[in-house]
Amino acid sequence: MNTNSNAYTFIFAIILVTVVAGLLAFTATSLKPLQDENVRNEKMQSILSTIGVDESRENAGNVYKDYIKGEFALKSDGSIDENPEVEAFKINLKNEIKKDADQQRYPIYIAEVKGKTTYIVPLQGTGLWDAIWGYLAVDADENTITGAVFDHAAETPGLGAEIRETWFEEQFIGEQFLKTTGDFSANSFVSVKTVKGGSKADDKHGVDAISGGTITSDKLSIMVEERLERYLPYFEKN
Amino acid sequence: MSEENEALFSKKNIKLLTDPLNDNNPITVQVLGICSALAITVQLKPAIVMAIAVVFVLVFSNLIVSLLRNLIPNRIRIIVQLVIVASLVIIVDQVLKAYAFDVSKQLSVFVGLIITNCIIMGRLEAFALGNKPWAAILDGFGNSAGYAVILIIVAFFRELLGSGKLMGYEVLGHKAKTVAESTGLYAWGYENNGFMLLSPMALIVVGVVIWIQRSKNRKLIEA
Repeated sequence: MNTNSNAYTFIFAIILVTVVAGLLAFTATSLKPLQDENVRNEKMQSILSTIGVDESRENAGNVYKDYIKGEFALKSDGSIDENPEVEAFKINLKNEIKKDADQQRYPIYIAEVKGKTTYIVPLQGTGLWDAIWGYLAVDADENTITGAVFDHAAETPGLGAEIRETWFEEQFIGEQFLKTTGDFSANSFVSVKTVKGGSKADDKHGVDAISGGTITSDKLSIMVEERLERYLPYFEKN
Repeated sequence: MSEENEALFSKKNIKLLTDPLNDNNPITVQVLGICSALAITVQLKPAIVMAIAVVFVLVFSNLIVSLLRNLIPNRIRIIVQLVIVASLVIIVDQVLKAYAFDVSKQLSVFVGLIITNCIIMGRLEAFALGNKPWAAILDGFGNSAGYAVILIIVAFFRELLGSGKLMGYEVLGHKAKTVAESTGLYAWGYENNGFMLLSPMALIVVGVVIWIQRSKNRKLIEA
């Protein structure tokens, strides 16, 4: 057999890729349910950790319903989308933020810990290299942040990647995104921004940026502001 | 052919297995696969998982290429090798995502980058294409083990000196906010060396390993 002929080369290549494609398709589809389960549990774990519930990933799914009492998909005017086909938990923010603002659905989670209501707002944005995302827990006064979790796909280790470290996330606790509690107008909304060189101790709307991670810090501020602003109509109605 | 009767662990075959561990180590002697040695050796656990993944990929790609060695058309052999390696790596990645989710998040892109690990393509070209399957398996295992040993040594020192932990356990004691509340070495005012966490330190540790290896193994020193 002449393994150098054109015909042989073509046939060999075709057989090889068909076999490989079949094998990979089989592996991918048979492992998909387990992988999706992991992603789901991790999302629940992140949501729970903003309200101070630290559970292992495996266990997060079990206790999730004990704390999270409501999941809603909001329209841009702040009303709840009653369409039963829209499930808040299943909304993929990564795709959602590409749509026009009035076409998007904004998921919100309502948690109850020891009788206290907390709103959890999911965040999604772009960092320096790739996506960044997170969750903010907002107190029942609809102004004070009680917890924050951030994560990233590919920020620089040791610099931008520090956004997922506890020291950075803890800074958000106690910060406020409105000048006046209860006033949801554009004048009152200031968001919570990262401040290069460090925020002042009495600054209720700023946290320390990461030294060496300026772009990631700035992009995180943009993400928090863009996302929180969308929920103002909802907070105003409730 | 007389080779058919050769013992499974003949002297020649044992040499295939042990040579890459010392005299012909892929990292310290051939200086291949440095990129991943640098990237994922901050902690011991991901380094071990990475090492296992490379052992799996190299043994199986060596075996498959060796089985097909008389069938692979010469002109497209590099592409064929790449397809085989890439599919094995994708399988590893999928399995990690399903069964070791946290580790797979930590390793992130580096699993995919096993495809470009120079050790693997190097062994396929240099060995598997011209040798029988059993010898190719031994060669693949030997080389990936040589890689794994260095990876684990580097990760051991980086995690121990950089974060004072091994496999995530605080072996040097607990570091609290103040010296008074700390235990173990930290109670004496010991500080972790943050330098060890940065990538350049991986190269320096590899350099130290090479230095020690050559001072013990004189025949590696070029005249």
